[in-house]
Formats: sequence, structure tokens, C-alpha cells
Amino acid sequence: MITRRHLFGLTAAALLSAMGAGAGIAEEKSILVQSTTSTANSGLFDHLLPKFTEKTGIRVDVVAVGTGQAIKNAQNGDGDVLLVHAKADEEAFVAAGYGVKRFDVMYNDFVIVGPKADPAKVAGGNDAAGALKAIAEAGAPFASRGDDSGTHKAELKLWKAAGVDVKAASGTWYRETGSGMGQTLNVATGMDAYALTDRATWASFKNRGDLAILVEGDASLFNQYGVILVNPEKIPTVKADLGQVFVDWLISKEGQAAIAGFRIDGEQLFYPNAAPSGT
Amino acid sequence: MQDFGAAFGLAASLLFNGDPVLMEIIGRSLAVSLGAVACACLIGLPLGALVGFSRFPGRRAVIVALNSLMGLPPVVIGLLVYMLLSRAGPLGFLGLLYTPTAMVIAQAVLVTPLVAALARQTVESLARDYDETFRSLVVPWRTRLATLLWDGRSALVTVGLAGFGRAIAEVGAVIVVGGNIDHVTRVMTTAIALETSKGDLALALALGFVLMLVALGVNGAVMALRLRAEEAGHG
Repeated sequence: MITRRHLFGLTAAALLSAMGAGAGIAEEKSILVQSTTSTANSGLFDHLLPKFTEKTGIRVDVVAVGTGQAIKNAQNGDGDVLLVHAKADEEAFVAAGYGVKRFDVMYNDFVIVGPKADPAKVAGGNDAAGALKAIAEAGAPFASRGDDSGTHKAELKLWKAAGVDVKAASGTWYRETGSGMGQTLNVATGMDAYALTDRATWASFKNRGDLAILVEGDASLFNQYGVILVNPEKIPTVKADLGQVFVDWLISKEGQAAIAGFRIDGEQLFYPNAAPSGT
Repeated sequence: MQDFGAAFGLAASLLFNGDPVLMEIIGRSLAVSLGAVACACLIGLPLGALVGFSRFPGRRAVIVALNSLMGLPPVVIGLLVYMLLSRAGPLGFLGLLYTPTAMVIAQAVLVTPLVAALARQTVESLARDYDETFRSLVVPWRTRLATLLWDGRSALVTVGLAGFGRAIAEVGAVIVVGGNIDHVTRVMTTAIALETSKGDLALALALGFVLMLVALGVNGAVMALRLRAEEAGHG
């Protein structure tokens, strides 16, 4: 009998604690933010959220997925605030009634990383489309997100500008990983491939192997982040009041200063650029 | 690669220092997976046993179905449970998505077919031995079920452990329905996936070592309980 009773006690305790943890969430003031891997993996949220929570008492839970999936999750009603980086999609989200209003929050930039041996000879340049064209012509391996994320969309735009049809090359030198930024960089490290990444993920990425930043500084590598409160008229379960507090804080002087204050090894990774409040 | 050595050292220091974040994540992993296995056993053991000793038309089809369901990829189950629990889904009003409860549900769905299929196998062979006795004494089915489950308990504990192994090791389902939210739904496997995506392979591997130790601990604890129970039975 000992076996059974002990096992039962153990599992019952486990069940209760799991449910207790679930119940705890409902009582606390909290919001759910659908965001991207670049903001979460770089440590930006670990820097920002404690400041916000301390001031307002609102806990912020972050689900970090690709921009495409984040928007889809928010459309399903599984999020109060959306913080992503694909302006056209964000505007479509608001236009379809899912979002209240879109605000610019901050920007940083994409960079092209690649092996130091640099078979396509693109190092040192600042012409992103030209560099991609050279990579295609050299047939050098390129690791793409291939996951409908904000970074993937930015990358496809650059290929279009370079006049390269990557769909045709998929599986040869152009390799779509179908995964997040970090995983894609792991793949690039493993096969000495080129890749497009946001600067924040790169700065905090530890498995760089032989990769380095080769191309940066092109205006077309600009990466804008926006924040949107999910529309409570469309999705009644949205915690609109609490979500609004978070959106307001992010674009306030205080929130913007907090974003500017986030550094990795002394390097600023996100540049606040919300319009002055009152707009 | 120097990562292996670094990972061992890191795992040891994380455990030795009782890193509070790590302890929280281990606790959540155990709570979720043990909870899921408890649910899976409550449903799967009687279900598997019933299929094991009763005769009905379509029984073979049920067995094939149970065996096939063992191979369901966790990410597919994650997706199904996500679609059920999402605010846009039929059970959205419960507000369970991105909570540990959702993770328990997903893992329970994942593990129940495994528990049922293995329990069916165990009980079926046992039922063959008991068949004559049951028939001569005209034992009602409820008593048969209870007897078979109780007498097969030592093999069925292994079935439970197999279920626990599958639950604690999977990442595909919990990362979709839990969302890997820090301090809320982050468990060992999703933390490993996160550190891998940050390129911190040493830390990811260290967490992997810790996860193996946790699984070892649970299996060891169950084994100890079994030995004690056997001794008590003999004494």
C-alpha cells in the first residue's frame, strides 16, 4: 500500500501546485505581450520590464515568437499588446480593426554577418543589396530565417532589390532554416554561411564561431519597431486599461530613456524614436 | 569542443549554488510533468486495462489506434491544444492558454495514449493467466479491472515512468501552449531551447545535464518506494 499512497500523494501535490501556479496568474495584475525573439533574446525586456513593473505594479508576460506568429496570436485574442517589427503588417493589423493604433517605439538596424574568409568578397561594404547579389553570384551559403518573421520579410525585400530569385535557389546555396534568429545563426555558424540578423540578437549571441559583421550602415537595413494595443472592441478579453498603461509608458520620456539605457558591452542596441507625446 | 567541459562545470555550479531561478524552473517542470502523468494514468490505466481484458468488436482497431497515437509529435499536440485553448478557440473562455495548466493538459494528451497502450499490453498477458479463475468465479468486470490493475502494479509503475519520461523530455507541446514565459511557464526543456537560440550552448547543455539528473532522481525515488513496498509485502 505504501507505493500507491505515496505515488498518489506525490502526484496530487504536483497537480495542486501546477493548478495553484495557474490560479496565481489570474489574481495578479498582468498583461500578455506578443513580441519578437530579437527583443526578448537580446535581454531588452529583462532590462525594461522590472522598471515598468516597479512603477505600475503590472507584471508583463512576454511570448517571444516571430513577427508573423505574434500577429497571428494577437488576432486570435491571445495577447494584450503587440510589439513587433514589420511596419506594413502592423498597419494592416490596425486597418483590419485588430489594433487600436500603432506607435513607433524604437529602431535599430540589420547587419549582414558571414564567415571571415568571405568567399563572396562583401566585407567592409555598406551596400546591402549589392552584397546579397555578390553572395548569390558566388553561390556562397546563405542561411535565411524562412519563417515569415520581421527579419525574414526585411531579407526578402533586400533580395528583391538585388534582383535575385531566392525561391529558385532554395535548397542549394540559399538555405531556409524555418526557425528563430538564434537558431538561424547557429546554423550559419555550423555551415560558415552568410545571414541577415538584427544587431541586438547578434550582440548578445554567444555561438559566433568564425562569423563576423561584414556589411552594415545601409539605409535599407533600418529596422523599426512598433507597439500596438490590441483592440478591445474586436477582442473583448483584452486587458485594455493595463495594456494602454504599458504602451503609454513605452513611448513616454521615461520608457524611451530606459530603452536608450540598455547596453551590451557598452553598445547601445535600440534607439528610441517615439513621436513626442501628445500626438 | 571546449563546450562539453564548460557545460559540466556550469551544471555542477548551478546545482551546487542552488541557483533560485533554476530551482524554480525545475520545480515547474516536475509539477507540470508529474501532474500530466497523474492525469494520464487516471485515464490511461483503466482504459488500457479495459481494452486489455475485454473482448468487443473493433478491439484490434482500438489497439492499433492506441499504438499509433503513441507516435504523435508533441508539436502537433501543442498545436491542437493551442487551437482549443486560444481565445478564438472553443475553450478560449477558460483563459487557460499560456498557463501551467495548459501545459499539464497538453502533456496529459501526449502521454495518455502511451500509458493506455502499454497498460493494455501488461494487463492483456496478466488477464490470460487469470482468465479461468475469473470465469469459474463469475467475477464482475469492475472487480476484474481492479484486480488486474492492482496485481500488475509493479509493471504499471514502469508504464507511468515511461509516460513521465516522455512528458519531462518534450519541448514541442509546452513551448506552443505555454509560450515559454519567464517565471510563469518556463520549464527545463523550453529554457534549453531558449539558451540554444541565444547561442549559449554551454549553458543549454548544462541545463540538459540537470534535466537528466532530475529524471534520474524521480526514477530513483520510485524505485526506492517499490523496494520498500516489496519488503513490507514480504515482511
